[in-house]
Amino acid sequence: MILFQAEDISVRFGGIRAVDSVSFDVRQGEVFSIIGPNGAGKTTIFNLISRIYNSTSGKLVFEGKEFTRTPASQIASLGIARTFQNIELFPNATLLQNLLIGRHCHSQVGFISELLFLPSVRKAELHHREKVEDVIAFLGLERYRDSLIANLPYGVRKVVELGRALCVEPKLLLLDEPSSGLNVEETEGMGFWIEDIKKDLGITVIMVEHDMSLVNQVSDRVMALNYGKVLAMGTPHEVQTHPEVVRAYLGGEVESPA
Amino acid sequence: MRYLFRTQYRQDLSLWRHNGDRFWYGLLAVLVLIAPQILGEFYIGELGAVYIFAIAGVGLMLLVGYTGLISLGHAAFLGIGAYVNAVLLSHGVPFLITLPVAGLFTALCGALIGRPTLRMSGLYLAIATLAFGSIVGTVFQKWTSVTGGFDGFAVPTPYVFGIAVESATGIYYVSLAVLAFVLWISANLLRSPTGRAMVAIRDSEVSAQSMGIHLARYKTLVFAVSAGMTGLAGALFAHYVRFLAPDAFDVLLSIQFVTIVFVGGLGSLRGAILGAMFVRLLPQFIAIVRDDLPFGIGRLPGLEPSLFGLVLVLVILFQPDGLDGMWLKMKRWFQAFPFKRQTSFHRQKVYAKSERLR
Amino acid sequence: MQDAARILQLVVNGAASGCIYGLIALGFVLIYKATELVNFAQGDIMMLGGFVAFSLITHFHLPYWVGGLLAIIITAAFGYVLDAVVIRRVIGQPQFAVVMLTLGLGFIFRAAAGITWGYDSVGFDTPFTNKTVNINGLVLGQDNLSIIVGTVLLCGVLYLFFSKTRVGVAMQAASQNQLAAYYMGIPVRTIFSLIWAISAGVACLAGILLSPVSMIDVNMGFLGIKAFAAAVIGGFGSIPGSVIGGVIVGIVEQFAGYKLPAGFQEVTSNVVLLLMLFIRPQGLFAERMGKRV
Repeated sequence: MILFQAEDISVRFGGIRAVDSVSFDVRQGEVFSIIGPNGAGKTTIFNLISRIYNSTSGKLVFEGKEFTRTPASQIASLGIARTFQNIELFPNATLLQNLLIGRHCHSQVGFISELLFLPSVRKAELHHREKVEDVIAFLGLERYRDSLIANLPYGVRKVVELGRALCVEPKLLLLDEPSSGLNVEETEGMGFWIEDIKKDLGITVIMVEHDMSLVNQVSDRVMALNYGKVLAMGTPHEVQTHPEVVRAYLGGEVESPA
Repeated sequence: MRYLFRTQYRQDLSLWRHNGDRFWYGLLAVLVLIAPQILGEFYIGELGAVYIFAIAGVGLMLLVGYTGLISLGHAAFLGIGAYVNAVLLSHGVPFLITLPVAGLFTALCGALIGRPTLRMSGLYLAIATLAFGSIVGTVFQKWTSVTGGFDGFAVPTPYVFGIAVESATGIYYVSLAVLAFVLWISANLLRSPTGRAMVAIRDSEVSAQSMGIHLARYKTLVFAVSAGMTGLAGALFAHYVRFLAPDAFDVLLSIQFVTIVFVGGLGSLRGAILGAMFVRLLPQFIAIVRDDLPFGIGRLPGLEPSLFGLVLVLVILFQPDGLDGMWLKMKRWFQAFPFKRQTSFHRQKVYAKSERLR
Repeated sequence: MQDAARILQLVVNGAASGCIYGLIALGFVLIYKATELVNFAQGDIMMLGGFVAFSLITHFHLPYWVGGLLAIIITAAFGYVLDAVVIRRVIGQPQFAVVMLTLGLGFIFRAAAGITWGYDSVGFDTPFTNKTVNINGLVLGQDNLSIIVGTVLLCGVLYLFFSKTRVGVAMQAASQNQLAAYYMGIPVRTIFSLIWAISAGVACLAGILLSPVSMIDVNMGFLGIKAFAAAVIGGFGSIPGSVIGGVIVGIVEQFAGYKLPAGFQEVTSNVVLLLMLFIRPQGLFAERMGKRV
């Protein structure tokens, strides 16, 4: 079943076409990777899906409904969560608070109830806390629970970023370079988590990655981009042996821009 | 050293971290309630003023310390609350109604000014609020049919359940009650999703949006709450001064409010109270020691604002966590004694990053 | 004919006061472009510069041009030292902290000036005081004209300085990512202090130019608040923009004072400011920037 579809999506910044008529669809339960050289438009596609940028043309469809003009703050309640390439956590809050913020789209308490901290608010808070603890257990973050993010090492922050996205209880998870800044062991660990997310939690994943071993380890299908355009799409093996992709990205002659 | 053992999640939600907190704050509550029996009228009057400024300080702390939105025009909200309260009282409306109405009306004004400033980043917001404060000050001066302009406005005596509130003690207790109320709802807000949304907006607007936080809604809400609390403070302020003059609500007062938040310590409710104590009691302190200062410093004109500025500069340079930060450092020093290390409180070197690209 | 003369008079007065706003705004913008900090004490530095010029010219009996130039140099040095000793220490703290710091410094400057020079207004003799110029039967004050001419000359000098030297590029780099700028070998701290020096010098010039029109006194710095409107109109990133913004504010103010009842002139600059922020916050000349995540 097709969970997400991008149809001819484009965005221009001034004269630069950062994303140029890209079309792809993602099936439920799969891990879909996007690869390509820096500047190819991969993170831009994520920013389009999270609606941080407005597309200049094309359609975005999720669960059969179009969301091309939905405001960014409503994406989480649709069921789409994302991580950021350069970690956009909240550094002056504790890990627990960061994860609880991930639950925000599930909170339905009224403002006046919050001011008075009525029992309904208390009950909701306890419920959120239990859900967050599930994610903490899943990712093994127990001992960092009350640490300020500013005091945590980079590798841990990457995991917290993933955890925060999981707290949204998404149907679609966008991971932006989950292994950047991680060493070999940590990258393998990340790979196992992504597999667990797919198998145990049933979440569909779209991943932007440069680390080919990770891409091979977890992906069902891969799409290669260059200069905002799709170069190839298929299984990891198909894409990685595709001559265009080899030339543009993986190794081969240096190509001059068209 | 105290270790916190938790057996239930609901313990984390409580306002008090442990029984020690409950004990000491309970003691503080008792002292504060019986203070008028012990201290003389002058000190009670001063404490009343501290409470009033603390109420405004808490309001501004929510906006600046927790949500990261600067306002250099909050004196305007104090004035709006003061005039609304005074004008309604002069039309015979009972105090128990004018007080909340003043707060709600000011909150509405806060929402109105918050809405158009939503997209502005720190600097522009500071300038816009500065301009807003100035314009409102001019409105107070010019709208003489309502405010009496420079002739001033005599504030009628309020009656709570038939008792006149005009002595320093009366104002003390009413201000204390409002302060307690404001602190309670602030603490509630901070442990709810809205409180977390505020912190999220302060730290990273982009990812806050991706988590489902509607920026416009929350910023406007916090502006409204902040203005409303300051409006309540304004209503009480009117009774403290008894005579309203439009030039009392100027830029210098707004700067005093921001100083409360800053010197108190950004991001802490206790800081708002400590900051209010500092800002209100510094002039009194100077007045008392001025004659004893060497070299005739005490007789120099302009001593008060210069000391004010000097303390502000020193706090920012050497204790940016403010009074609350100092309090916490002292507490931890005592708790860790004798294991205090030289580098325990060493500040890390930080490199500035561009705020234009938030 | 009478009306045309009156209008021209208003325009010239507005342009002159607007140039002063523009010069103060220029000081804001110079510091902001380089370091992303705003010096809320800019107006108070103008006040100090004016007083220093006053002392040099009246107490030390230096001629106007020598005294003025020396005052500018002294104030510039003061700006450099201010940054090196005080402002440098807060680099890395949020923008808000520096706002508060400069507000505090403003208090100290005003008190220091009051102690040193007293709280009365003072003035000194300039070649432009009480002299007029006759253009086609229209009489204009030389003091106002000197402000306009002085501002234009200064803008020319600054334009050459920023477009012909490497310093401008270095300043941009240092403002966007300090750590990277350090790695590139840019002497970030020295550059910031130089910017503060230039900014202070410009403020002093503004004070000197203003003195024949309005006396120098301790509260002169509050003009700085009006200069914000100028800086915002200019987009806070553009040097000629600040001056143009200032002139716009000055002229609008003059016409407001002419047409509206008494006491509303004061509020004009704030209203213009708010309108600008609501309608076109990036100002007339700047571009929008966004964060890449």
